[in-house]
Amino acid sequence: MEFLSPATWEEALAAKSARPDAVPIMGGTDVMVELNFDRRRPAALLDLTRVPELREWAPDGDRLRLGAGVPYAVIVDRLADRAPALALASRAVASPQIRNRGSVGGNLGGASPAGDAHPPLLATDAVVELASVRGVRRVPAREFYLGPRRTARSDDELIAAVLLPAPAGPQQFAKIGTRNAMVIAVASFALALDAGRRSAGTGIGSAGPTPLRAPEAEEFLAAEFDWAGGRPPSPAVAQEFGALVAAAARPIDDVRGSAAYRRHALSVLARRTLGWAAADYRREMAACG
Amino acid sequence: MPAQTLTATLHVNGREHALPDLDPRTTLLDALRESLGLTGTKKGCGLGHCGACTVLADGRRILSCMALAALYEGREITTIEGLAPEGGAARPHPLQQAFVERDAFQCGYCTPGQIMSAAGLIDEGRTGSPEEIREFMSGNLCRCGAYANIVAAVADVARTPLVPGAREPEQGRS
Ligand SMILES: Cc1cc2nc3c(=O)[nH]c(=O)nc-3n(C[C@H](O)[C@H](O)[C@H](O)COP(=O)(O)OP(=O)(O)OC[C@H]3O[C@@H](n4cnc5c(N)ncnc54)[C@H](O)[C@@H]3O)c2cc1C
Ligand code: FES
Ligand code: FES
Repeated sequence: MEFLSPATWEEALAAKSARPDAVPIMGGTDVMVELNFDRRRPAALLDLTRVPELREWAPDGDRLRLGAGVPYAVIVDRLADRAPALALASRAVASPQIRNRGSVGGNLGGASPAGDAHPPLLATDAVVELASVRGVRRVPAREFYLGPRRTARSDDELIAAVLLPAPAGPQQFAKIGTRNAMVIAVASFALALDAGRRSAGTGIGSAGPTPLRAPEAEEFLAAEFDWAGGRPPSPAVAQEFGALVAAAARPIDDVRGSAAYRRHALSVLARRTLGWAAADYRREMAACG
Repeated sequence: MPAQTLTATLHVNGREHALPDLDPRTTLLDALRESLGLTGTKKGCGLGHCGACTVLADGRRILSCMALAALYEGREITTIEGLAPEGGAARPHPLQQAFVERDAFQCGYCTPGQIMSAAGLIDEGRTGSPEEIREFMSGNLCRCGAYANIVAAVADVARTPLVPGAREPEQGRS
């Protein structure tokens, strides 16, 4: 196995272009499971841990540009105000040890439908920045996931960063697993309200071949939410919102849960996050006078 | 095709170790145990689930089974052998002392990982309550089920009050 350890981003892109079969490794928390159990014997490994840019974040217009390699622990500790849904999801990833290494770039690279970063990226309309020696392109998260573990990234491309719009309203994330911590999601859900546009964004995890949105639930909520008054949604509205989210899922039966359970869990998660987001919305209205 | 090998230099517990002929697939855990003879760090699962292999890298807790040795060249690694000054010759680290006093283990297999994880946790400061300690120690499993006493030991060192109503740690050896 060849081991490539570029020190700069330019070298990393050149290496990926010369060896499109090289497997990038950032936090290693997915790649190592495959290596340790010989599930995969890559011809080459591309070590991205020496590339400083991947660990940086900075404003980009009114968005936050988050380097693909920033570990979850840093997102939780430093970026909760600028990326609330992603920070909530990051806190729910695995264990503290894994959160010190694992990254959003690695979550996007593996593109497991159970990855916790995906629902917040979908709900907040984040953008994935892909780069290669051919140039840089920015793909909305909503167009990034194409099929089971298949994404818009080409073989010669690396994930450079994600661009997160400034929060324009409350954001929430919730996840159901078999234990309270250190668990892969059986179902997960993110909700982002945009008070300026009077719109809602959703993201569903672990309940389909890819992470999904619930467009009908988004439209329904945008129309029914009391944007001017901030009154809590009625039980009927919450119920219907949950039902529309569950209907958008395409779950299967597997070892972690049945399709029916996942749909039910999603409708509960959707109602719950809506309740929290509505309460946040009222608090923000009160704070602004 | 013969596997390519490389030479890496690891900094472990304040000392430098050159690893010639390193298979690039070698985990930090295997390098510590097999090449450097530091067998205090344990292998439980090799899957990232159990935390027995926890060490500090530049002061942050990581899983050494989920780390390639070659990626940790130049980083300061601390294992259980290096937690107390001079390997504990003069006096054990406060966490080691607390684990003994609180009887926070039975077979001891998970203990080095628990202690290294607790060292990382105390530095992160997420030790405000026994509940918080439990949540932020959730990456370390103990098959003997010494959890209650582990929480008490960590709380002692972090000076976290074990609030009234919380389960008192059991006393005595079982
Ligand atoms: C015990 C355990 C529990 C876990 N629990 C969770 C959980 O609760 N929630 C969750 O979401 N995940 C979980 N995971 C999975 C994993 O931690 C996450 O997917 C994490 O985000 C991976 O990030 P990484 O930096 O470690 O990725 P790596 O392992 O370094 O890489 C992952 C994949 O992405 C590719 N890649 C990495 N960086 C790039 C890049 N810049 N450009 C292109 N491709 C790239 C790699 O080639 C690989 O295919 C768990 C893993 C373990 C071992
Ligand atoms: S051996 Fe590393 S987590 Fe179990
Ligand atoms: S003391 Fe035996 S596994 Fe924890």
